[in-house]
Amino acid sequence: MTQEHFDRTIDRDQRIEPRDWMPDAYRTTMVRQIAQHAHSEIIGMQPEGEWITRAPSLRRKAILLAKVQDEAGHGLYLYSAAETLGADRTGLTEKLISGRQKYSSIFNYPTLSFADVGVIGWLVDGAAICNQVPLCRSSYGPYARAMIRICKEESFHQRQGYELLMALMRGTDAQREMVQDSVNRWWWPSLMMFGPPDADSTHTAQSMAWKIKRHTNDELRQRFVDMTVPQAEALGVTLPDPDLRWNADRGHHDFGEIDWSELKRVISGDGPCNAERIDVRRTAHEDGAWVREAAAAHAAKQTAAPSSKQIAERAERRP
Amino acid sequence: MAFDNALGAIAEDNDETRWAFGTGFHDPLAGIDTSVPDGIDRHALSAYCLMLGDDALIMSHRLQEWCTHAPELEEEVALANIALDLLGQARLLLSRAGTAEDAGRAEDDLAYFRNAPEFRNIVLAELPNGDFAHSTVRLLMFATWRLALLDRLTTSRDPVLAAIAAKSVKEVAYHRDHAALWTIRLGDGTDLSHARTQRALDALWPHTGELFTAHKIERDLAAMGVAVDPSDVREEFDTVLDEVLTKATLRRPAPAPPANSAGRDGKHSTPLSDLLAELQSVARAHPGATW
Repeated sequence: MTQEHFDRTIDRDQRIEPRDWMPDAYRTTMVRQIAQHAHSEIIGMQPEGEWITRAPSLRRKAILLAKVQDEAGHGLYLYSAAETLGADRTGLTEKLISGRQKYSSIFNYPTLSFADVGVIGWLVDGAAICNQVPLCRSSYGPYARAMIRICKEESFHQRQGYELLMALMRGTDAQREMVQDSVNRWWWPSLMMFGPPDADSTHTAQSMAWKIKRHTNDELRQRFVDMTVPQAEALGVTLPDPDLRWNADRGHHDFGEIDWSELKRVISGDGPCNAERIDVRRTAHEDGAWVREAAAAHAAKQTAAPSSKQIAERAERRP
Repeated sequence: MAFDNALGAIAEDNDETRWAFGTGFHDPLAGIDTSVPDGIDRHALSAYCLMLGDDALIMSHRLQEWCTHAPELEEEVALANIALDLLGQARLLLSRAGTAEDAGRAEDDLAYFRNAPEFRNIVLAELPNGDFAHSTVRLLMFATWRLALLDRLTTSRDPVLAAIAAKSVKEVAYHRDHAALWTIRLGDGTDLSHARTQRALDALWPHTGELFTAHKIERDLAAMGVAVDPSDVREEFDTVLDEVLTKATLRRPAPAPPANSAGRDGKHSTPLSDLLAELQSVARAHPGATW
């Protein structure tokens, strides 16, 4: 198990597995990538989670609650994938709340109306899927396999988001205005989700060589724009970019210049909700410490804690 | 290209039924015969389903409030799961309440356009969450009591209610189990967790009086084989609680006296009004809108 074996595995488009030899830099990069993704799932629960208790129909409430629950589940199996590389969840969580590891900058924007739930599903999950589908072919096996399941669920969420927006666009004027306002606020941040332009992307070349990244940021961004324009037309909303138009020569849509200074600001911690998002996560982690300690203390006292079955059996013996 | 199986699948026009399932159903009782059997007072049946439905709706709301605040990720998933189960039960029961009443209100009319005095949930469900021990002990009490009721409702003379109960029993058995395991962990865990759990138990115990106080509608319908008289489930509740509290090394408080007025009569605490203000805020800001 050496560099030669690693290189050959990559060349043949096969998977690197946890016990295989891998370069330290590959391991470090994978931990960073997977942890950042896991953190994004967990922090990403907040903007939409704020609307669960206020969802305006029981059906929408159930859909939203199930979606946010899925995100917790994604976070769990991504942390597990990172653990196959020797990281541990507690350590990664501490890096998140101390700001040493990042999460997707999109979750630092506020959700101001219920339409944001639909627009996040459509645009943010849509952009995430464009980024993530190629990761189902990541060279690191546990991550690639986790991504297959995640992408399936994300697709489901995107459809549900779009379906909510269709319902709102068929509704009252106020509902339609709510959707347009939301699209105006989320469109540009969604484009920023693909990261800096290729010319400025520091990690792209090595990641492409290692096959842990399959397309450049700009390729994926273009794909997202091309996919979204007809969906916006079908919905009846205007994407807030006067320079957005079909370019027959390129066979793609041209679009306006992204405000990269805004992305830099948000990434560096100065977005509208950075402090709040981390604060909620830190508070949950700290407030939960006594609960985790209690569970560990109880487990240590019991060589075998009573199983669910045992509890159920005891309950059955009631008079 | 091979790039995009999942991407392709979402970009094309999928058959809507492929994805609008699970939690996303529109009519909770679609395809079900909702006629009320002869001899059953439909107004009483509607009021009774409202009681059980409101219990589930309000308890679910309190569990939803834990979202993003749970002590660990496994618990985020578990609490959301329990909240979803109860929300599903609420949707079925409120829909049954609507089909049995003259006005024929839909689930959302009942959830979003009634005020606190019209809600029929027990007060235990509406109490604020408190810390994790408080929420856990409350869930243990709620689920133990509800499971005992649902178990007996599987033979209700109303076939719709019986079917809802049969589905819900499996869910609430898991809720009770989950809460019992956590109560034991917390009670037996550290000095701090023991003290917090005992404090929660002492604070919540007086609310058990209400659980076994039968409302007139419950008594009347129980006599007809439609409902359960809640005073009949006290023994089961006590047996289960005793077992769990013993394992958790917790001291059971003195029996609570029966309550003389309660949520079943629409008498609620201030926290319910606050809860409803939040739950109903968007729906009421857009009267007549569909979502």
